[in-house]
Amino acid sequence: MKLLIKDGRLVDPASGLDRVGDLFIAGGRIVALGDVSRDFAPERTLDASGLVVAPGLVDLAARLREPGHEHEGMLESELAAAAAGGVTGLVCLPDTDPPLDEPGLVEMLKFRARRLSRCRLFPLGALTRGLAGEALTEMAELSEAGCVGFSQADAAIVNTLTLQRALQYAATYGYAVWLRPQDPWLGGGVAASGAVATRLGLSGVPVAAETVALHTLFELVRVTGARVHLCRLSSAAGAELLRRAKTEGLPVTGDVSINSLHLTDVDIGFFDSAMRVTPPLRQQRDRDALQAALADGTLDALVSDHTPVSSDEKTLPFGEATPGATGLELLLGLALRWGEQRRLPLTQTLARITCDPVRVLGPAIGSLAASAGRLVEGGVADICVFDPAARWAVRADALVSQGKHTPFAFASSGFELPGRVHTTLVAGGVAFERTLA
Amino acid sequence: MLLRRNPQLNRHGELIHLLSIEGLPKAVLTQILDTAGTFLSVNEREVKKVPLLRGKSVFNLFFENSTRTRTTFEIAAKRLSADVINLDIARSSTAKGESLLDTIANLSAMHADMFVVRHSESGAPYLIAEHCAPHVHVVNAGDGRHAHPTQGLLDMYTIRHFKGDFTQLRVAIVGDIVHSRVARSDIHALTTLGVPEIRAVGPKTLVPGDLAQMGVRVCHDMAEGIRDADVIIMLRLQNERMSGAMLPSAGEFFKHFGLTPDKLALAQPDAIVMHPGPINRGVEIDSAVADGAHSVILPQVSFGIAVRMAVMSMIAGNEA
Repeated sequence: MKLLIKDGRLVDPASGLDRVGDLFIAGGRIVALGDVSRDFAPERTLDASGLVVAPGLVDLAARLREPGHEHEGMLESELAAAAAGGVTGLVCLPDTDPPLDEPGLVEMLKFRARRLSRCRLFPLGALTRGLAGEALTEMAELSEAGCVGFSQADAAIVNTLTLQRALQYAATYGYAVWLRPQDPWLGGGVAASGAVATRLGLSGVPVAAETVALHTLFELVRVTGARVHLCRLSSAAGAELLRRAKTEGLPVTGDVSINSLHLTDVDIGFFDSAMRVTPPLRQQRDRDALQAALADGTLDALVSDHTPVSSDEKTLPFGEATPGATGLELLLGLALRWGEQRRLPLTQTLARITCDPVRVLGPAIGSLAASAGRLVEGGVADICVFDPAARWAVRADALVSQGKHTPFAFASSGFELPGRVHTTLVAGGVAFERTLA
Repeated sequence: MLLRRNPQLNRHGELIHLLSIEGLPKAVLTQILDTAGTFLSVNEREVKKVPLLRGKSVFNLFFENSTRTRTTFEIAAKRLSADVINLDIARSSTAKGESLLDTIANLSAMHADMFVVRHSESGAPYLIAEHCAPHVHVVNAGDGRHAHPTQGLLDMYTIRHFKGDFTQLRVAIVGDIVHSRVARSDIHALTTLGVPEIRAVGPKTLVPGDLAQMGVRVCHDMAEGIRDADVIIMLRLQNERMSGAMLPSAGEFFKHFGLTPDKLALAQPDAIVMHPGPINRGVEIDSAVADGAHSVILPQVSFGIAVRMAVMSMIAGNEA
């Protein structure tokens, strides 16, 4: 379809472009940007006056619960949620049931996602078989099947020798290894160590759970030269260690979740299980440091850490509740909220959810690496059109995702999110369009 | 984030559930202690009953085993003329896979008026209070490491009975504080009632430094911890902590932190010694102290019934 997006505020974080203009899309690609020649004959014109036309969002951490929940149609609903959130590419974690440790599973997942054509899927393969932390998976085979990197999700590799070998083997082929730094022994608690956990009698996860793991990983990166992406840092000390590792020149990147960016353990209140997330919510100084580290680029990307959890798994005592919160539909709003609070230019705010995550993915996404997360002529037309002035209240029953639990529900947060997605395009096709009520 | 109203108080600030001592105003604590005083005499009468909860059904829901606490709640409810139903859930429905809230929904359908809940997970009574019918009242009888408010209240009653004024006291709490719901409830109550010095005493594995965030002075030396104390609260050391990574042995713990007559001599001459029970003789407390002149461990048990009567009668009279 030939589509003209007229009079929108074109924002391309990668180039710093931020001006009103038109965008012409044909054959799934952006064919003209800024001033569109009158010769183009669009089949459809979208009036974007007052709206921002940005690259589609790229989310580096989302759980789609497939394989494992095919019967519930989770993939369909969660990819629809992604599109509703303006997300056009997402990295899904391998902690499915069974885990993504076989090429066939990855191919099936990619095939099903392609048929839904809502959002591009970038699966992480399991680093070890069954995520058991013992035997390596067939990384080259998994890579050919479409895996963009290898991860343990929230499972640990307890044996440091196995971890070193996994990094060595991945480094052989230049595959990136995505790990959430958490010492399995120190990380056994249900809330961050601190005054709140002490008061509520919840078992604590000390900051050392993160820093001990980071020290180990950086040491192994020095030895193996492996490219490591650190997922969902949660502490000020963790962000500082990443900053130093980058200064040293280690091939490492990092991200933070929308939850850790905006919330603290105080928000647990009276044992609110919506606040039970992994990694646990830490203190205000950690949140402030994470916000600063995302602004200065120490943290490369903001991720939704989307984890749909059923009500049965959430209406339990805090420690027994399944960790996780829905996030795909909130990523844009919570990025904008962070940007507003820190008075950042829109290009910088959007960079952390568009071109920066694409840079983290790097050559693993093939030819997409050149233009995904950006607005460039000749590039792929993955676009998010949103109203920057709109404010909306998050209501569980209005979410597309089957995961209805979020700490940011208006009833508990008391604030509205800025930025409402208007239209989402994937490869030039409409993946989502808000019907105005 | 929005501040949420303390779920145990109604909009008039009256107690509708007892979930934790934290956040309760001093006036409410004092009211409970005063009310308990009036029930103490009931317990000494020949006919030990008052009709305050006549026709009401109190369900004892013990998801975790307990004989003593459950019994004292049962006695308290019966002395208020309530019908008491004991459910040993640790061995029944949840063992068959029924969820906590399904259990609550089923019991609510049996027209329960009050749930007395013990659960191994911190915060479980909050979940129940949030999801039960508005006329149902919830009393926390101990949840995980979080709170044991009636124990805290009976400890306060005991201290007030023997010491009178809270505002001049030094109170030492000794032992496994990090895992203790009793310690947390005591600390909140003592702080609210104006005790100027609360000491948390024990080795660093059981009394980590961040306990200071609760407003206590952390001491890792027993002599320093109990010197000149007016009140010494000894905590029970759970069997599973006695050997392993928390403590090497019960013997070494007793040598350094067990309360013996020698160590007790460091405290004020009129110090009282308390213990939530059941006591481990020769582990946290020497028999000579447990049975000695300073010990008020048995009065604590008697006061416990009056305090629980006070709590149950008060919350039953307040509407959500």
